[in-house]
Amino acid sequence: MQDDSVIRVVSKVMIPTVMLFALYVQFHGDYGPGGGFQAGVIFASAFVLNAMIFGLNRGRHVWPANLNLLAICAGVLLYGLTGIASLFLGANYLDYDVLGATAKSGQHIGILLVEFGVGLTVASVMVALFFTFAGRLTHIRLMSKMQAHEEASPPASKTKTKAKKAGGRS
Amino acid sequence: MSGFLVNASLISLLTLIAILALRLHRLFAVVMLSGAFSLVAATLFVVLDAVDVAFTEAAVGAGISSILALATLSLVPAEEKPHSIAFVPAFLALATALMLAVAVTDLPAFGDVNAPIHNHVAPEFIKGSAEDIGIPNVVTSVLASYRGYDTLGETVVIFTAAIAVLLVLGGYTRPHRRKIKSRKKGEDKNAG
Repeated sequence: MQDDSVIRVVSKVMIPTVMLFALYVQFHGDYGPGGGFQAGVIFASAFVLNAMIFGLNRGRHVWPANLNLLAICAGVLLYGLTGIASLFLGANYLDYDVLGATAKSGQHIGILLVEFGVGLTVASVMVALFFTFAGRLTHIRLMSKMQAHEEASPPASKTKTKAKKAGGRS
Repeated sequence: MSGFLVNASLISLLTLIAILALRLHRLFAVVMLSGAFSLVAATLFVVLDAVDVAFTEAAVGAGISSILALATLSLVPAEEKPHSIAFVPAFLALATALMLAVAVTDLPAFGDVNAPIHNHVAPEFIKGSAEDIGIPNVVTSVLASYRGYDTLGETVVIFTAAIAVLLVLGGYTRPHRRKIKSRKKGEDKNAG
């Protein structure tokens, strides 16, 4: 699939469009259908498309694993800390009325923050799941290749059988 | 009348896809059919005016789930193993379906104003969403504000699921290199 120029060109146009649409769904969720969950999945699908067309390694390069783990945690933290912020401003947990000048603007700010937290977590979780599932094949191939290499090099006969046993288990 | 036709054709299409997915043994076709099932279900949600649910169903059910299933498909055989019909589970499933069908006749009609679900907290939410929160999309105001705790719980569920998958499948660590080395060491010890 990586050599098909039509797919490459079309996906290069599609990926930014998909990301822009995800941002629209994210921040327009107050007024139209959508919100953090949907926007997160759509945003992640842009990265999935990128990894499917240009290869898993390049996809991982665009969205590094450490950053992804950080984003997974940051989304949940943003949600929880919004609740703590309203606690500190003298209201109940996750009561957004006190976050803004008026109750309505406070609700707007609170919902925006919370939905952004949800979107961040969902997007990075989806990317993580895809990379993990898609990476299994290369992982397994690498394992068997290393084992074959190990068996090809002349070790003691005892080691040989043990390596074979381990291969059967994994 | 046209609404009835749309509903009837969508539901029969859903049933057809479900039966096909059960009958087929080629897993690739089954994955594609489950994606189609989600897409038809999303259309059904749009007909029922549940646009947010339709959105989620289309994005998650037809999109990401199919991709994850395809990624899994690259690791497993292409065909399902043939197996005989399990009679006890089949009987249980049929009996449950029958009971549910009987229970459906007891439900209030779709869109009935006097249904209990529309007279509990729903009027308050619909009024409050415009007056207190100032957001036209009632679904968002219920999800993020009135039921903020539940959404926090859902987010934590997704977070926990991702952590569990990452720990089990280990997509982000590279332990195999070190593992083989340590195994070699252990074997050397055993040999010596």
